[in-house]
Amino acid sequence: MNLAIAKKSKQNRNKICCGSKLPVWVKRDWQLYLMLALPIAYYIIMKYIPMYGTLIAFKDYSARLGVWGSKWIGLTNFKKILSEPYFYKLLRNTLLINFYCLLFAFPASILFALLLNEMRFKRFRKVAQTVSYLPHFISTVVVCGMITNFLRTNGGLVNDLIALFGGERISFLTKPEYFRGIYVISEIWQHLGWDAIIYIAALTSISPELYEVASIEGANRLQKAIYVTFPCIASTITIMLILRIGHLVSLGYEKIILLYSGTTYETADVISTYVYRRGLLTADFSYGTAIELFQTVISLILVLCANWVGHKISDTSLW
Amino acid sequence: MKRIKALAGKHKMNWFDYLNCLIMLAVIVAVIYPLYYCLIVSVSDGMAVTRGEVTWKPIGIDFSAYKAVFKNAQILRSYGNTIFYTVLGTLINLVMTALCAFPLSRRKLRGRHFLNLMCLLTMFVSGGMIPLYLQVKALHLLDTIWAIVLPGAISTYNMIILRTFFSNIPEELFDAAQIDGAGQFQTFLRIVIPLSKTIIATLVLFYAVGHWNGYMSSLLYLSDSSKMPLQMTIRKMVIQGDIASMTTGNMSGGVSETLITENKLKYAVVMVSVLPAVVIYPFLQKYFVNSVMVGSIKE
Repeated sequence: MNLAIAKKSKQNRNKICCGSKLPVWVKRDWQLYLMLALPIAYYIIMKYIPMYGTLIAFKDYSARLGVWGSKWIGLTNFKKILSEPYFYKLLRNTLLINFYCLLFAFPASILFALLLNEMRFKRFRKVAQTVSYLPHFISTVVVCGMITNFLRTNGGLVNDLIALFGGERISFLTKPEYFRGIYVISEIWQHLGWDAIIYIAALTSISPELYEVASIEGANRLQKAIYVTFPCIASTITIMLILRIGHLVSLGYEKIILLYSGTTYETADVISTYVYRRGLLTADFSYGTAIELFQTVISLILVLCANWVGHKISDTSLW
Repeated sequence: MKRIKALAGKHKMNWFDYLNCLIMLAVIVAVIYPLYYCLIVSVSDGMAVTRGEVTWKPIGIDFSAYKAVFKNAQILRSYGNTIFYTVLGTLINLVMTALCAFPLSRRKLRGRHFLNLMCLLTMFVSGGMIPLYLQVKALHLLDTIWAIVLPGAISTYNMIILRTFFSNIPEELFDAAQIDGAGQFQTFLRIVIPLSKTIIATLVLFYAVGHWNGYMSSLLYLSDSSKMPLQMTIRKMVIQGDIASMTTGNMSGGVSETLITENKLKYAVVMVSVLPAVVIYPFLQKYFVNSVMVGSIKE
């Protein structure tokens, strides 16, 4: 009862002080809404209309008829995808390349952060940290340019070294068996330091008192690392892991497009690169979109599963 | 804190500390050496490079490769394009990101949760390469500069970083501004933006590096070679090895001589592209490290 009166009097007051019929939140915040106009337009035009555009995966797209006007063909594209043996190869490559990154590159940055944390010399630690960020600022194109030139059979740095030790020169980039290795190693080189930032941040927020207590209890450094440091950054690791798993099938194609060639498609061709070649270069829009939709669905399922598992095991989740 | 330092000081260096130093040294060398190698090859004497003598210091300083690079019309034009795309793109990024982040950081805004969700969702679900291409095409942006700068106008991740920063500004400042009769927009320009200089500097770095290094949108949306950015030129010359046009124009030597200069040229092109970022980033490091942390804090 009191509440109702209070509400009413507030409404009255608003009416009196503003002297118009506009609700108070519009009166107060119209400038904010005006500011939002452009960003909202951006999200609708560049994000949500393309999302609607994925409908062409179920249609026989023709540019003349547009997304809505094109003829429905139902699941024909998806049946075609599933019956194509090459699709399973793409799926395998996509998952394997990303799985290897998860297996090697992901722990590497955690380990790097932990080692930096244990570093005794402050100055040296600073230098190592700063230097490790450097590759993040170098473009993928340049990184791939260096890779292709270092791995060349004549005059390439790596092959020169192999030859120096009496080995046989290897044409690395044309042999499918080396592709994933090259990819993962260059990935570590590019992202080790940058990915470590977030763990370093988590490490610096650990209260020094925890370590003091541990010292008093007689813990040595390894024990402190296992029982104090690691539990304190476990939730950060879980979050990063969930995010990484969500991108398990979508990352890395920019680099692959630059590095692969016909002879390495066997291990290097992934869903996104195939979408680019088949969907855009040969203008098979509907089919390409269908494969990409497949990829989006897989990554959504993966991130939801990872989030659910993370929630169950360590009570950490994205939302 | 002092006590901790004292405690740490008492410890003797053990095998682990030495090993740790060794590992860090290895990381530093592994990061620096490839770039250093590019540098020394690009400034060394071509014959020495071919003989494989150039490994850890330049031999017979020779800047001819750089002269050729700076004389090459294609490189110069694409360099100019990249600078233009970076400046315009970053400017659009900043304005759009700030315009999006500020209203969404105000707790009283009606519909804020819905709008937030609308932005967040795009981080996990996207239309993908082809529908976006068709959209860009439908807007008649293909082969224009707008195809490079508009589709990525807001990075949702950066928007969240900025929003988190804005929402940590004390509420009293807004109250004071309101009492002084400032509208929301004025508050934004006169109070919020000046307070956010460091985070904006970081976003400038993130966005500018993205534009400087990006090649995917030009690969997808551009076909006119006079509009290509630097990265596409590098791709053509360094990865696909299409550098002959450059050497034959400037040199009049035999085949072997052309090969030698080609090799050096590639590395010189790499250095010219890498240098700006490498020179700038250590000075901004202090800021971006903090910002990545801010972004990691969940709301």
